[in-house]
Amino acid sequence: MTIRHHLSDNLLMAYAAGTLPEAFDLVVATHVSLCDECRARLGALEAVGGAVLEEGPRCAVADDSLAATLQRARSRGKEPIPAPVPRVGGFPEPLRGYVGGDVAGVRWRAIGGGVRQTILPTARGASARLLHIPAGARLPDHGHRGLELTQVLRGAFRDEDDRFGPGDIEIASEDTQHTPVAEPGEDCVCLIATDAPLRFTTMLPRIAQPFFRI
Amino acid sequence: MLIGIESLENPPALPILLGSADWPRRGRRAVADVTGEGEQNWVDLLARVRDGQDEAAFAALFGHFAPRVKGFLMRGGAGEALAEECAQEVMATVWRKAHLFDPTRASVATWIFTIARNRRIDALRRQRRPEPEDLGWGPEPEPDQAAVMELQQESERVVEAVSRLPPNQRELIERAFFGELSHSEIAAETGLPLGTIKSRIRLALDRLRQNMS
Repeated sequence: MTIRHHLSDNLLMAYAAGTLPEAFDLVVATHVSLCDECRARLGALEAVGGAVLEEGPRCAVADDSLAATLQRARSRGKEPIPAPVPRVGGFPEPLRGYVGGDVAGVRWRAIGGGVRQTILPTARGASARLLHIPAGARLPDHGHRGLELTQVLRGAFRDEDDRFGPGDIEIASEDTQHTPVAEPGEDCVCLIATDAPLRFTTMLPRIAQPFFRI
Repeated sequence: MLIGIESLENPPALPILLGSADWPRRGRRAVADVTGEGEQNWVDLLARVRDGQDEAAFAALFGHFAPRVKGFLMRGGAGEALAEECAQEVMATVWRKAHLFDPTRASVATWIFTIARNRRIDALRRQRRPEPEDLGWGPEPEPDQAAVMELQQESERVVEAVSRLPPNQRELIERAFFGELSHSEIAAETGLPLGTIKSRIRLALDRLRQNMS
């Protein structure tokens, strides 16, 4: 998998700091699972977090703190070593946790034009969903009110400017207005998170919008 | 499409001591404690916790990191009682996960920071935190010592670089990591030379992938 489109520094920094809404956390964790370059960049930014901890404010702990901590630790035993996840073209582990399995287990709902989606349960602040776009199909032309992340899991899509293949992430903001089309040959499956409802420029999808939550 | 990796790709402002013929062996090398409270090798102490459930080694780690974790959590919005409780929880996790720490990818301070951060998200924001897929350890139980040393040294350079930042820039970074800034308020340009540590972590990941396959 050759990844050409990576996470931005802003997103990695916010993920390292732990300040992203859950839906964005999910996309970042999914991308980092697939992309060692971004995993290394995340590690570098977490090292800054380590420096902040090292140099930051200190607060005296309770007198019995060490004893209480040892008791906590011993009473629960060691954390088991996570078994390596066999993943051959399947969903990365953080996504599996939300879907309850792999792509075969997704309960899709048709939203028109052959496109199917499923909303993933995340905390407020942003929403996450999986989108299944038939090969060659077009997504409605849309702009964005907030930030939208699109992580390609399989297949590929193109918009006016670029191609996004497996592992790639597209970061769209207020000023992005595009018409993504799934490449012919293979259906495209994407994980999408946004902190605002999408805005369609044609009338019909706008009417449908409240029902489909696209 | 943004590929804003420039600030991570900047050449390091500090000299890299690569290829030095006489790296001190692990165990004899002391990682400087920048607070001036003495010299400790946190990696070794954590290994003693891992291998021998060494309470004295853990007490040393606890003495240094527990007050910092508690301060970090209080600065992040926790009250005193909750911060104490969470700090104990974080340090208990350090004990329980000592065997999962990879010194070729993070310093002990960085690793503890990630545990404290996750605890803060859980306790204060009451939110689930999706984590990247774990890479596991591969077949080799003992990591490459030169790689450990290089990464630990590079982490110290990051600490030094943060402490040398102009006050306003440093404050922005601190506020970001204390959780005081939303993601739209975070400026990615840290002004820090992170290219070298990123490359070291990347090499460690490549080694891990080779071992796994």
